[in-house]
Amino acid sequence: MATEAAHGADMAEHAVEGGLSFHPMDQFMIKPLFGAGDVGMFTITNVTLWMFICILAIIGVMVLGTSRRAIIPSRSQSVAELAYGFIYKMIEDVTGKDGLKYFPYIMTLFMFIVFSNFLGLIPMSFTTTSHIAVTWVLALAVFLGVTILGFVKNGVHFLGLFWVTSAPLALRPILAVIEIISYFVRPVSHSIRLAGNVMAGHAVMKVFAGFAALAVVSPVSIVAITAIYGLEVLVAFIQAYVFTILTCVYLKDALHPAH
Amino acid sequence: MAVEPIQEEMAGVCVDAHGSAIGMPQLCGEWIPNQIFWLIITLVVIFFVLSRIALPRIASVLAERQGTITNDISAAEELKRQAKDAEAAYEKALADARTEAQAIAQKTRDEIKAKLDAATAEADAKIAEKSAESEKVLAEIRASAVESVEAVAKDTAEAIVAALGTSADKAAIDAAVANRMKG
Repeated sequence: MATEAAHGADMAEHAVEGGLSFHPMDQFMIKPLFGAGDVGMFTITNVTLWMFICILAIIGVMVLGTSRRAIIPSRSQSVAELAYGFIYKMIEDVTGKDGLKYFPYIMTLFMFIVFSNFLGLIPMSFTTTSHIAVTWVLALAVFLGVTILGFVKNGVHFLGLFWVTSAPLALRPILAVIEIISYFVRPVSHSIRLAGNVMAGHAVMKVFAGFAALAVVSPVSIVAITAIYGLEVLVAFIQAYVFTILTCVYLKDALHPAH
Repeated sequence: MAVEPIQEEMAGVCVDAHGSAIGMPQLCGEWIPNQIFWLIITLVVIFFVLSRIALPRIASVLAERQGTITNDISAAEELKRQAKDAEAAYEKALADARTEAQAIAQKTRDEIKAKLDAATAEADAKIAEKSAESEKVLAEIRASAVESVEAVAKDTAEAIVAALGTSADKAAIDAAVANRMKG
């Protein structure tokens, strides 16, 4: 009886909300694709589906699009070449020639993020990069990779990254503490920047969409959704770009730790 | 109320009784391992697709295009050089033809001038000859005319003198007429 009553009250509360019900975070929920139940580590979920679509999209552009190996490229081949040249040039500019060895890794990161971001903009889709778990793994992989690489390439000299020799001796310990803190904050900011931007944009769109249920404000909310969507298209690319260029910057620190 | 059992079934650590997320789905620990597992698989697949197939292929296409462009540019440069040579040869031929034409024109002009000069000189000589002849004739005519006038004047004077009824000596009349004619 008590649970029944509590449930009734809960439903009533839902009813009071009426036409306006905001669940802007529900779009980020992880659901099993087949049947209901708990989401285990190996459950096939919407995450699986959209990551699989992301792989297919990447294969479509980067492999099928370039299959003709045309000297005069088709449209999809141009896109693939553009992406290749974009990241290649970025690594070359930021880290120098010796960073090009890591081009496939950085390209993997960039392609995954940019395709996930854009696939997430399809209505009703699921945005894998809106999850801290995903971006955290990416950022942690970069952080660990770069740190290990730094020690392997430079040995103890890699610690010179924290010892600012151009500063007065008295300041160096203080700067070293700051540098170390900022170094370890890197993966946090690196991952939250991407997930936060993507999540916020999608949530804002959902909030505006919720307002569209009110006839009076629905034109305004539809215009706002359109505007935010345009902004999100920019954000989708810019965040992928930012994530990649920061990876390059960290890689440069590992290869050339001297300030 | 019929759907309630399903909703109850969905409810868990991350989902409330209505099927909505509790708090931020991003922070729900139950959902994290699943994402990490599939993400790692996805990244590995993308990495192999890119590093084994896509990137080497694009690199070779770009290199091939660069080669083609370089070849085309050198071929174009070669053709341009040839065109320049041809143009120079043409210009040279044109200049030669022009000088030759000028030389021919000059030669012709000189020849014509020489002929003209010769003809002019000849004509001048003829004219001079003719005018000298004419002058001679003229002088003769003038001389004969003066003579005639003198004779006529003498005759007239004689006739006048005779008409006046006096006879005069012919010699005297001649002398008088000659005297007057000089005057």
